Amino acid sequence: MPTYSVLVVDDEIDFMETLVNRLTRRKMEARGVPSGEAALALLNERTFDVILLDIKMPGAMDGMETLREIRQRHPLAQVILLTGHASLETSMEGMRLGAFDYLLKPVKFEDLLEKIGAALGKSQPVLP
Amino acid sequence: MERLIYRRLRLQIIGLTLVVAITPLVLLGGAIYNQFERAHEARIEDQMRLLANSQSSVVDVFLRERTNLLGILVERHSFDEMSRQEFLERLFETLNRRSDMLGLVDLGVIDASGLHVSYVGPFNLKGFNYEQQPWFSEVMAKGKYVSDVYMGFRLFPHIIIAVRGRTGEHQWILRATIDLEMLNQMVRTAQAGRMGDAFIVNQNGVYQTQPRFDGQILEGSGMDPKRFSQGVTTVSKDSSGRVTYYYAGSWLKSKNWLLVIRQRTDDEVGGLVHTRNTAVTIVALGVLAIVITTVFIAHIVVRHLAAVQKELDAMSAQLVQADKMAALGKMATGIAHEINNPLAVIGEKAGWMKDLLEEEEFRQSPNAEEYFSAVAKIEEHVERARKITHNMLGFARRMEPRLDDVEINRVVDQTIELLANHARTNNINIHKRYHPSLPVIASDHAKLQQVMLNLINNAIDAIGSNGNIEVATALEDNRILVSVKDDGPGIPKEYQRNIFDPFFTTKANGRGTGLGLSISYSIIEKLGGTITFESEPGKGTIFRVNLPVVLPEKK
Ligand SMILES: Nc1ncnc2c1ncn2[C@@H]1O[C@H](COP(=O)(O)OP(=O)(O)O)[C@@H](O)[C@H]1O
Ligand SMILES: [Mg+2]
Repeated sequence: MPTYSVLVVDDEIDFMETLVNRLTRRKMEARGVPSGEAALALLNERTFDVILLDIKMPGAMDGMETLREIRQRHPLAQVILLTGHASLETSMEGMRLGAFDYLLKPVKFEDLLEKIGAALGKSQPVLP
Repeated sequence: MERLIYRRLRLQIIGLTLVVAITPLVLLGGAIYNQFERAHEARIEDQMRLLANSQSSVVDVFLRERTNLLGILVERHSFDEMSRQEFLERLFETLNRRSDMLGLVDLGVIDASGLHVSYVGPFNLKGFNYEQQPWFSEVMAKGKYVSDVYMGFRLFPHIIIAVRGRTGEHQWILRATIDLEMLNQMVRTAQAGRMGDAFIVNQNGVYQTQPRFDGQILEGSGMDPKRFSQGVTTVSKDSSGRVTYYYAGSWLKSKNWLLVIRQRTDDEVGGLVHTRNTAVTIVALGVLAIVITTVFIAHIVVRHLAAVQKELDAMSAQLVQADKMAALGKMATGIAHEINNPLAVIGEKAGWMKDLLEEEEFRQSPNAEEYFSAVAKIEEHVERARKITHNMLGFARRMEPRLDDVEINRVVDQTIELLANHARTNNINIHKRYHPSLPVIASDHAKLQQVMLNLINNAIDAIGSNGNIEVATALEDNRILVSVKDDGPGIPKEYQRNIFDPFFTTKANGRGTGLGLSISYSIIEKLGGTITFESEPGKGTIFRVNLPVVLPEKK
């Protein structure tokens, strides 16, 4: 069974860490970073199959900026926006920038797994 | 209160318009009538004056001609001739034959001593002595004389004309009696109309001819001839009681007689009465028309005003409601956003705990079950909170409705199906009353279902158990009407203005979010419809959703 890599980008450390733990427990290669900058830095070294991205984050790079960068550098990575701040505008914007989907926190874990699965089905399978 | 204002406004409009419109009309009517009356009066007076004038001339000429005739006779014939009975008879016969309208009844000659020496006529007056008669000396002195009507020796009213003749030193008198009837007839021709009278009075006001109405010849007429100045024709008015008498008097030139024309107004003025009635009728009709029009217009104007006001009120109420919704919506969004993050953390932590509890070492723990159920409870309540915040965001979001082809009856059916079990366990009957052929419209199926779910759920909640709900659809004025009616306890008056507010709920902790109706409200608003309700505490409530019929585009 192939392992998929998932990156969680969220400034809410508690949330980010817990999610990483839970995903890891489900046999995924999960990593977490607390900011857009950190995400891009990590992405310079390696790539991920799926990136869960918060929109509202402190720092120079907010979610949308980060999304733009990621789409340019890693067109194959599937980005799922995961945020507590939802509005029609941001969701539309995200979709326009090429996000795979858009989820509103809190999200049921099962729903999240389903979305990740769907995103993976769409992305290139990762190398074994 | 409001009705009172409108009633007052209406009365003011009516009152003002009536005063402004009717006053000039009545004044004009009055003025015209007055003018007409005066013109009419003047015309009557003119006519009467003319009549009196001409009639007095006629009588004048009549008397003067007779006097002149006698004058010629005494010039042409000597006393000797005239005192001969046969001569006088021939003369009288000739005169009457030559001129049948002469009106001489008899002819007589009286000598200087007053003795009637010859006489032709119906009375046997020959031999009477007139020396003591007042007129005798007057003729002797003045040469001619026309008498007033008097009785004389023959004890019958008559008029005489006498002229003095002179043969040498001898003075004598030729005297004739005038046919009074002829004079009467002459004057009578001036009796105009039904009530007009014409007669002659002497200077003492004694009738010289027979008046048409009450009064006899030689009786006092009761009028004072001196009122009528000499040589002019005067009209005088005499109002006694309801009737007005016009008098036109004209003095004869050759005799101190006054010819009087009398007219009763209510007769000759009959035309005037008619005119007045016409004027009054026209004014009355005008007033009536004005009153009707004014009342009608005032009614229309006020009704229009009231309608506009009501519309304005409704609009401003709607605006206020929309404003309130917008503000509350913003607040709700903010709160929901802030709560979502901690909720997510709690949710994930609980999930993590659940994950860990799956491990062997925890499973062995005696309290494993307790942990499990506690974590499950946490998850359950996170889920509940999640529903609330997501609802709030859903409510606040300016969602563009998705347009599907919607069959309203199906939407309602599906919703009822979802709730059928719930209703049945509470012994609540849901009755359907559908319009059989509603058009398919372009609307949002899911959102409409959400609204119906809210409304029917509310109805079920309100009833509690044992009751009826009627869900009906209808087509009215090209709009689709969906109503949900329950026989629950109704909505207390003091809550009725709040039920559409977000978070307004009367349901016990946790049972209601207070978002159902506010979300329904904004959904229906977005879909171009309205949602209203009527509720009678104790009887039940009906919610009505009114949707426009927007036909789907042909695909
Ligand atoms: N059919 C009804 N009969 C009586 N009260 C009602 C009905 N529908 C709504 N209400 C009142 O309106 C309130 C608000 O309703 P809603 O916005 O749906 O919130 P919730 O149902 O969560 O309380 C309810 O709590 C209830 O008091
Ligand atoms: Mg409700």
